[in-house]
Amino acid sequence: MRVPRTLIIGAALFGMFLAAALLSYLWTPFDVTALDIAARLRPPGAVHWFGTDHFGRDIFSMIMVGARTSIAVAIVAVAIGIGIGTPLGLAAAARHGGLLDEIVMRGNDLVFAFPSLVIAILITAVFGPSALNAIIAIGIFNIPVFARIARSGAVSLWTLDYILAARVAGKGRLRISIEHILPNIANLLIVQGTIQFSLGILAEAALSYVGLGAQPPTPSWGRMLADSQTMISFAPHMALFPGLAIVLAVLGLNLMGDGLRDLLDPHLRRWRQ
Amino acid sequence: MLRFVATRLSSLVLSLLVASIVIFAVIEVIPGDPAAYMLGLNAEPSAVAALRDQLGLNGSVPLRYLHWIAGLMTGDFGVSYTYRVPVATLIAARLWVSLPLALFALALSTLIAFPVGLLAAARRGRPADLAVMGTTQLGIAVPNFWFAMLLVLIFAIRLRWFPAGGFPGWDQGLWVSLKALLLPAVALALPQASILARIMRSSVLDTLGQDYIRTARAKGMTRAQAIRRHALKNALIPVLTIIGMQFSFLLAGAIIIENVFFLPGLGRLIFQAITQRDLIVVESSVMLLVFAVITVNFVVDIAYAAVDPRLRRRR
Amino acid sequence: MTLLSVRDLSLSIGALPVLDRLSFDIRPGEVFGVVGESGSGKSMTALALMGLAPESARVSGEARFEGRPLIGLAERDICAIRGAGIGMIFQEPMSALDPVQTIGAQVAETLVIHGRMNRREALQAARARLDRVGLPAARFPLDLYPHELSGGQRQRVCIAMAIALRPRLLIADEPTTALDVTTQAQILDLLKSLVEDEGMALMLITHDLAVVSGIADRVAVMQRGRIIEAGPTGDVFRNMRHPYTRALFRASGHVPARSRRSAGQPILEVRDVHCSYGGGRRRLFGKATRIRAVRGVSFTLHKGENLGLVGESGCGKSTLSRAILGLEPLQGGEIRLFGRPVGPRMDARDRAALQVVFQDPYGSFNPRWKVARLVAEPFNLLPTRPRDWRTHVAEALESVGLKATDMDRYIHEFSGGQRQRIAIARALILRPELIVLDEAVSALDVSIRAQILDLLADLSDRLDLGYLFISHDLGVVRAITDRVLVMKDGEIVEQGPTEQLFTAPRHAYTRKLIAATPRLPEIPTRMMQDDN
Repeated sequence: MRVPRTLIIGAALFGMFLAAALLSYLWTPFDVTALDIAARLRPPGAVHWFGTDHFGRDIFSMIMVGARTSIAVAIVAVAIGIGIGTPLGLAAAARHGGLLDEIVMRGNDLVFAFPSLVIAILITAVFGPSALNAIIAIGIFNIPVFARIARSGAVSLWTLDYILAARVAGKGRLRISIEHILPNIANLLIVQGTIQFSLGILAEAALSYVGLGAQPPTPSWGRMLADSQTMISFAPHMALFPGLAIVLAVLGLNLMGDGLRDLLDPHLRRWRQ
Repeated sequence: MLRFVATRLSSLVLSLLVASIVIFAVIEVIPGDPAAYMLGLNAEPSAVAALRDQLGLNGSVPLRYLHWIAGLMTGDFGVSYTYRVPVATLIAARLWVSLPLALFALALSTLIAFPVGLLAAARRGRPADLAVMGTTQLGIAVPNFWFAMLLVLIFAIRLRWFPAGGFPGWDQGLWVSLKALLLPAVALALPQASILARIMRSSVLDTLGQDYIRTARAKGMTRAQAIRRHALKNALIPVLTIIGMQFSFLLAGAIIIENVFFLPGLGRLIFQAITQRDLIVVESSVMLLVFAVITVNFVVDIAYAAVDPRLRRRR
Repeated sequence: MTLLSVRDLSLSIGALPVLDRLSFDIRPGEVFGVVGESGSGKSMTALALMGLAPESARVSGEARFEGRPLIGLAERDICAIRGAGIGMIFQEPMSALDPVQTIGAQVAETLVIHGRMNRREALQAARARLDRVGLPAARFPLDLYPHELSGGQRQRVCIAMAIALRPRLLIADEPTTALDVTTQAQILDLLKSLVEDEGMALMLITHDLAVVSGIADRVAVMQRGRIIEAGPTGDVFRNMRHPYTRALFRASGHVPARSRRSAGQPILEVRDVHCSYGGGRRRLFGKATRIRAVRGVSFTLHKGENLGLVGESGCGKSTLSRAILGLEPLQGGEIRLFGRPVGPRMDARDRAALQVVFQDPYGSFNPRWKVARLVAEPFNLLPTRPRDWRTHVAEALESVGLKATDMDRYIHEFSGGQRQRIAIARALILRPELIVLDEAVSALDVSIRAQILDLLADLSDRLDLGYLFISHDLGVVRAITDRVLVMKDGEIVEQGPTEQLFTAPRHAYTRKLIAATPRLPEIPTRMMQDDN
């Protein structure tokens, strides 16, 4: 089987940020908590590859550490979505047209009706701005996404003859959902997972941009952009590099998602043969 | 058709009811006394008591809920604690910025996305398609507030073509106001247009693979004729949903962009109210936004039925 | 004088040759049949002629329609011929019409596209064409949408669309395959009368020899992208010069050898059964609507008996089969297996006596499991899986003509016919008394179908196995069953010993079904003997 090029490029891009995040626990070019007013607002150069900010901190190092926050927040938010949404969707599909199905679907519609960013801001503002509350706020809105994907994938599988064969073999709905349905919708969940991952990074950046994500001194990409805003006319590099980091990380994840879809979707694969 | 509208309408009312209970409950579960929360740590006990009274906090929970709903129905959204003006007045003033901005961005996004998505679908696999797919892939990845900052840097600070922020007010003249809204609208529209164009493309391609397109071509239609006469209307159905969702996002999700451009819009009002702990404003304006989202979805549902006869006649 | 003349038409997709130097002629006003199994290239031939082959296809050779070349035309020129000179209809009427446009608009569109009429005249002409194909104005106004019509009615709309401009040639690609047998007979009659009345030629593409033999003047037999034999229909079927034609013919009318057994004691008793299934829920918390699919069905199945259940789509046979498998609760009556009640809560040990094979060889298996696990799934019904379960799987696979080593492969490595064998192995593994065969051979090509029928007959003889053989195909049911039930609108309208029921049907519906079934021509017995 040929691995799609988008998957390779996407994985390489995202892998770069993952590696930087992991490496930052061991080593960064500079200490991101140390202020060095003398070296403030340096443009990119040989010593500070991406320049320094208004406190003289090394932007390259801050982006490395910021990757930690972005990735951690997005991963846990996706895990919340998959962990709660998938069982809900599977249960709804197992009794398609039943009361639980109806409630899950209406519940989904209801969550979608709430302006997600506003609610996320409300949650983080009320319970105090922190990375944890950002995770919860983003994670809540991932639940209906995965519930819907799991349900629609499962509903179409439930009509297939091998499910009937399993029922003739005396298997119950729970066991069929776990043995037959879940492995066959895993593709859908993985692809959606990468998309929600990238949306999570964007949402985390937006929340920390308005000061409701990870709190200082923890560096985060959104916060770095917020800090750069007043200095954009004379220190554009402060805005450029964190923004590029977000764009490339999100781009990498989206390309990975596209590539995984091509790789895993048996429908597409059959069509290509 | 009437029956269809009626069932949709009843589900609209039900959704609004549940949403209002959820919002009310969220405000209720805020730890501690809402009045104390709003006034902060150093508040005088007498001031807290006065606010409790004003908020009607001394009544029972169901009573307070009913009071709130009755107020919403009659246009009485309460009085803002921080601004000391009726919330309805505040929201109305802010809507005059947010609504035109959202419509402006939606129009831009749709005007860009439709032809671009169609072009990509018609030229599938050729250079034009690859260019569109590449650009939109990038467009989706760009955070709109960062894009907004770049726009400000280039068009406001360097080129000085547009103001860097603020809103003069509609009484200062249409042109000046539109000019102030252009950069924010572009910043909002670009990522949305990228998403919409991709959906348009895949939707058209999906319909092009349908049997009825083959039938149409067997009748003697060229590929272009088949797209125009049969694929477009069918492809529009999923695209409509996205446009509906985008409108509600543009109305509420503009919070961040309004912050970048210092626009006195609804999103910024909510954001400020949240940070200033003005729960009266938060409660009512979030409810208003949810109302807008649910209503837009309702309109999209009705539009569906207008496009798709299968929904209209059944039931 | 020929209408369509094809010489050395070849088509390949990538490195894959699909059509290999086809040459044939179609004369004005004749019915030209093209028969072949799936993958023979018969549909691709039609698409290539219409200029509708996939863009990645390379087409070479020559085709002339009324003396003018067809292959390699510019889009504009081929479009002028499509729909005007040559009309075409397809297999699947359910999806062939645009769901958001009225049938009137879609028929009129053919006339407007070719610039023959304005919209108003076109609608009038569309009305006339719809009347002609048997959709009268009173019941079928122009402003109906496709979803308001049945499959047969939609196929009539497609025909009206294709003949709107009175083309000289109509290409029909498996036009009746998706339809019930009585509807098929009506559509074939319609096509026949159109050929006679309008002087139009018909190129009829089908997998069904019986259909072709009943309607075609001349016929071409295709195999793997080649025409292996062609000529006047009577001549081809009388002489069958090519071994593949003979094999195809034998397989189409294949009757497996079975020993006659006297009926044993009753296994399955169905008494006055009523079933319904849920429709949609209209409102949240509202009562779901129920559709009554089975109404008062009674019959008995004896040990070792092969019982047929025939009926058209929507007659309730699938619902009944699910009830018999104990998957759905009954709304009335009772089903007993060895005297014990059947239902969703039945004992696992009883379930083990009752297994099933489904129609779709592709949807019947979890694609992520290996064959061993798939075949062993019914062991779930035993308190513990036997320790030597792999031996059981090996035996089951060997008994259906596969190799024991196949158990370590994945299902996608097998062809449709092999998959159906694996499905039978799965049904056999617990040595059941009764297997429900729900359209188990309907999705297979005739030659594969003949092999599976032989296997089923052999297994039934060897293991004294009972079958409930559910099918819409009367020929197959006649070939493999001892007794037949005929089902219509949820009720059994007639039952009796197979031969008796087919030779002397009593109920009007049974007679209608038998009359509608296309028949293979009588052929001297020497042709029926094996080549090898």
